[in-house]
Amino acid sequence: MADTTRAYEPGTHPSLPPPMSVSGPIHWVRTNLLSSPLNVALTALALYLLYLIVPGILNWAVFDAVFYAGSRDECRELGSGACWGLANVRFGQFLYGFYPDHLRWRIDLTAVLFLLALVPVLWDKCPYRRYWFIYTAIFPVIAYVLLLGRLGLEPVQTSRLGGFTLNVVIGVTGIAASLPLGILLALGRRSHMPIVRTLSVMFIEFIRGVPLITLLFIASTMLNYFLPPGTTFDLVLRVLIMVTIFSAAYIAEVVRGGLQAIPKGQFEAADAMGLGYWQSMRLIVLPQALKISIPGIVNTFVGLFKDTTLVIIIGLTDVLGIGRAALADAKWVGLAWEVYVFVAILFFICCFSMARYSIYLEKKLHTGHKR
Amino acid sequence: MAAIEQDSDRFSLGQIWSDKRYRAVLTQILVVAGVFFFIAFLAMNAVANLEQLGKTFGFGFLWEPASYDINQALISYTSRDTHFRAAVVGLINTGLIAVAGCVFATILGFTFGVLRLSSNWLINRMVYCYVEFTRNVPVLVQILLWHGVIVTTLPHPRDALSPMEGVYLSNRGFYVPAPVFESGFWIVVAAFLAGIAGTILFRRWAKKRQAETGQIYPVFTIGTAAILGLPVIAFFLAGMPASLDQPALATFNIRGGMVLKPEFTALWFALSVYTSSFITEIVRSGIQAVSHGQTEAAYALGVRPNWTMRLIVIPQALRVIVPPLTSQYLNLTKNSSLAIAIGYMDIVATLGGITLNQTGKEMECMMLVLMIYLIISLLISAFMNWYNRRIALVER
Repeated sequence: MADTTRAYEPGTHPSLPPPMSVSGPIHWVRTNLLSSPLNVALTALALYLLYLIVPGILNWAVFDAVFYAGSRDECRELGSGACWGLANVRFGQFLYGFYPDHLRWRIDLTAVLFLLALVPVLWDKCPYRRYWFIYTAIFPVIAYVLLLGRLGLEPVQTSRLGGFTLNVVIGVTGIAASLPLGILLALGRRSHMPIVRTLSVMFIEFIRGVPLITLLFIASTMLNYFLPPGTTFDLVLRVLIMVTIFSAAYIAEVVRGGLQAIPKGQFEAADAMGLGYWQSMRLIVLPQALKISIPGIVNTFVGLFKDTTLVIIIGLTDVLGIGRAALADAKWVGLAWEVYVFVAILFFICCFSMARYSIYLEKKLHTGHKR
Repeated sequence: MAAIEQDSDRFSLGQIWSDKRYRAVLTQILVVAGVFFFIAFLAMNAVANLEQLGKTFGFGFLWEPASYDINQALISYTSRDTHFRAAVVGLINTGLIAVAGCVFATILGFTFGVLRLSSNWLINRMVYCYVEFTRNVPVLVQILLWHGVIVTTLPHPRDALSPMEGVYLSNRGFYVPAPVFESGFWIVVAAFLAGIAGTILFRRWAKKRQAETGQIYPVFTIGTAAILGLPVIAFFLAGMPASLDQPALATFNIRGGMVLKPEFTALWFALSVYTSSFITEIVRSGIQAVSHGQTEAAYALGVRPNWTMRLIVIPQALRVIVPPLTSQYLNLTKNSSLAIAIGYMDIVATLGGITLNQTGKEMECMMLVLMIYLIISLLISAFMNWYNRRIALVER
């Protein structure tokens, strides 16, 4: 603290801290919580709501909860809160579905390899990024071999895929396959060739006009009619195709928005440089258009990942299906809150981090256009 | 110049690929041929498969008796009615959940959207948490959660919870008082319609008057008073021709009143809450899109604060809000098809579910369901495009 009694030469007084009325916690509370009578009332209301909600949730989910128990009745004896014993006992099923127990390591390994494949996609400054991308490109083959047991590994039927693994498999495949398809559809919709344009518009509008569940019904009940008699076609594969088509139509609309935002001068400049159609798209237009559409694309991906739960309606057992099966078990009957809150938290973690990553990316790529 | 023209006049086979114009034609011919053969392939397979299974293609099954029950029917329906009538009941249920959901989601979304912009940090953060928690959890999980909670944790009707007079919450549904209309009720309806018509005429007259003389009448206040007040006056003048049928506890069940089935309540609540989180973000960004300079300019011209909001900010914000809002309404309508997971009998559950399974007419049923959804989507977007054009900026 500066000595206030001392006389200072002009310009030599040390800087004083700003007064309490313009900085510090008191100032923060005043401007953010108590700036007007209405705000004081709102703050009081908010505090009252928090008082009502937060202790109840904490007591239920943590303090009064039972984490280890073999059945619902056991839970009720031990505590009055949530019965997480269910999630605990069936945790393996929630994650791996009905995948054979002794082969679960293959799912773990695939998950680790998947995270490694994500590294060059998410981290743009990683060393040897170009070579790492080669690995990312062949990862789908590795995952296929590992999960279904090809090349001499013990084979596993796709019907054994389940739990959160199934959600991730459908989600990731859908995301990876729908982006290129969606970009092609968007280019088709913007094409100067009338027939290509009309077909793209019809396809996109048809898919966007109907609910995903009807498409999944088509996949499960009707698709056999359209294949040569006698062909059988794996249900998980049919679902994958439908989910990809569905999300490609949405991606196409997002990318079209991005393409429309590119000034005409960019196309003309590319033409003037003598670039062909695909060259100008690849080198000039798409890098800019995709950059603008990143938030929309990630939103579509989040939507797609959430929509993977719909497969329970056509009889696949994803994480939600496992939860429903657990509820039907006499030992755990009536634990709707616990099961669905557990599933909700799993999805929340995945979707929320995807959304946050998109915001981070948007900020990072927002170069030179800021006013 | 001349040489180039000569060149392009003479046609050589290599040009088909090297010349942009010919290549476009060739590409399109190839695409059409490809699509044609693909569809022909599918159609031929379908014909062969149907023949093999001994099935025929036709919509005659719609007039056969459905012989299944529907737990919520707004028009009279018994299991002896036709499949067609069952489909109509399902369609009405879809419409009901879509309209109810859109209304509730809009109310929630606009309220939270405004609160999200509050300068109050606590309110702001609480709405943020609400938005993130509801939109990052699959809507199907939310539907199942609320359904599960209603069915498994609420008591049997015998000892139903009664938070207030005439309302009973039980695992068979929420019982609320039902309005009973007597014969004289048409007077109240007529008064209500007269109030609306009078307000429209008054508004037109007031606008003309303002254009001529500059005098302003409080159209909003007078209009609200007319629309709400006239029916109330008519209600008492006509001798109160409506009453409430209160539900009452009987020995084993609850009698009377109106029941909101658990399926409907869960679906309605989950869809509204899920969609409202998206609408919240749309409203927030819409209001933020109107630059503060607009408000300041209005103040500088001496426009009062609430008029600034009504005449300057909201019309401009709506322009940004309406297009994405449309797609949220569409999404809600399409998401209502998830009803099948909890047994709410909408169009997918009736026509695409039980009817399909009973008659084995997969192709016809799915075609009808797809067509109905396409028509609904096109109708909603046509209406919203019309509205959007009406409020869009007229540029010169």
